[in-house]
Amino acid sequence: MKKHSYRNPVGVSRFTGLLLITPFIIGFAAFILYPFICSFILGMTEYNGISAPKFIGSENYTQLLHDEKFGNALAVTLKYAALLVPLKLLVSLCAALLLNAEIRGIGFYRTALYVPSILGANLSVVIMWQYLFTSDGLVNQLLKMLGAAPVSWYGEPAPAMFMIVLLRLWEFGSTMIIFLTALRDIPRELYDAARVDGCGSFRAFIHITLPQLKSVIFINLVLQTIAAMQEFNAPYMLTDGGPLGSTYTLGMLIYSEMFGHFNMGYANAVSWTMFAVIGLVVLIMFRVTGRRRDSA
Amino acid sequence: MKKKLPVYLLLTVLAVIMLYPLLWLIGASFKTNREIFSSVWFMPPRIELSVYKNAWETVTPYTMGHYFLNTFGIILPKTIFAVTSSVLVAYGFARFDFPLKRLFFAFLMGGMLMPSIVTLLPMYLLWSEVGLLDTYIPLTVPSLFACEGMFVFILIQFFKGIPKEFDEAARIDGCGTFRTLIYVLVPCIKPAIISVAVFSFLWTMNDFLTPLIMIRSVDRYPVSLALRLSVDSTGQGYEQRKIIAMSVIGLIPSVAVFFAAQKKFVSGITAGGLSG
Repeated sequence: MKKHSYRNPVGVSRFTGLLLITPFIIGFAAFILYPFICSFILGMTEYNGISAPKFIGSENYTQLLHDEKFGNALAVTLKYAALLVPLKLLVSLCAALLLNAEIRGIGFYRTALYVPSILGANLSVVIMWQYLFTSDGLVNQLLKMLGAAPVSWYGEPAPAMFMIVLLRLWEFGSTMIIFLTALRDIPRELYDAARVDGCGSFRAFIHITLPQLKSVIFINLVLQTIAAMQEFNAPYMLTDGGPLGSTYTLGMLIYSEMFGHFNMGYANAVSWTMFAVIGLVVLIMFRVTGRRRDSA
Repeated sequence: MKKKLPVYLLLTVLAVIMLYPLLWLIGASFKTNREIFSSVWFMPPRIELSVYKNAWETVTPYTMGHYFLNTFGIILPKTIFAVTSSVLVAYGFARFDFPLKRLFFAFLMGGMLMPSIVTLLPMYLLWSEVGLLDTYIPLTVPSLFACEGMFVFILIQFFKGIPKEFDEAARIDGCGTFRTLIYVLVPCIKPAIISVAVFSFLWTMNDFLTPLIMIRSVDRYPVSLALRLSVDSTGQGYEQRKIIAMSVIGLIPSVAVFFAAQKKFVSGITAGGLSG
């Protein structure tokens, strides 16, 4: 992010800007910083929501290391993100490339591909998915028509995971739009120059399009990873974490510890760990792509 | 033309995959249980609007209308709060220099990376401490404080696209900081404001976890929780089309708002330099 330097005009105090962003300063302190710190502190207590929290130091975290449920949830979450995010980026990039072609009726196609993402996590969509993937649902009927064996989407671990991945993949429109915008911003002259130099469209894609999209790919990667690692709605409504915990994400673990078992201290320890894991994953992404934090 | 055919073909296949589930859902709302699970074709054999009349009544003690009013009771203040506060904050960041500006901007970016579930648990405890659980305050008030970094970010990008000469001209004509914003800049960033409002609407419509945690009484449920309640309280042999019709009804506001704002909205997000 480039910093925009603007010398305040005559008569404008240097506190004017500060005054304007006051809502954000208060909001950040009250709704992000406070709960963040609070969560860290609660993570070191035993707390059932009724009697006062009891300080137990790092005990929750030691317990966490030995908790099979946590280990499983972490593995499920990482696997889910590793499966969904690359697929989603790939599909949305391909779709954006197709939509970037100058053909008639592109508006219709753009809307068609974008609409599922605005419905997003809407519960209606999750319910729809439930029906599509039941044993006699549309998906299995189509599989039968194609001569394939129907799949037990709710009964087996891998299909259950895949069903949830497909739901989120179906909503690739938001990432697609970001790619599309970036594609439109690439100067045409680059392609013209490449063509004059005898560069084919595939090589133009590799040497012009991809490098120009680097920062957008990165932004999408980070945003999608953060979202994927927090997944809660879909497994909660579709599979309830099953079968055999194969779709039991960290989000579900936190929710059930907090509101199912009232282990509020432990729930906060898990959620803080989740924050740390997400932070670590994002940091690795910054490192691997050779970016500094402030360049996103 | 020859080269364009594969593009059309691929796009058409993709569009069918994307839209068919929705068509199927609408069709299924008119079908009997047997018909739903025996044909892949979406067209129902008959269309009886009474299904929707039944679905409107829901399987819960209240009608869909009641839940919609609840939902809009959350969305309306939330969107107004979010737009107002985000515009002010974005204006401050985009147009003025002030102490610690870099730090606060880093906070803005950092907040966007914060997983919402981490902040949700302590907020739940806080709201329960002050006795405001089961009201809409936990759902709406945070928006007064520009908490959605993404909104501020989109608006900042837009502000930066307006030449500073506009502000200067306004200032020479005697406009203060505030009047410059209202009369000169806000009209220029209208597409971005509409984008932010639409996003705020859609995200609130889709939000499930926050109301699930904060709202307890069924009579205060938004549509999303009411749908879940209906799914949970009906079993296998139940008339599925009623639930399906309720789901269709639940999608209408989002689709309507999207299409009403589509032109401005799309130009808002595409020009908004989310790609920045």
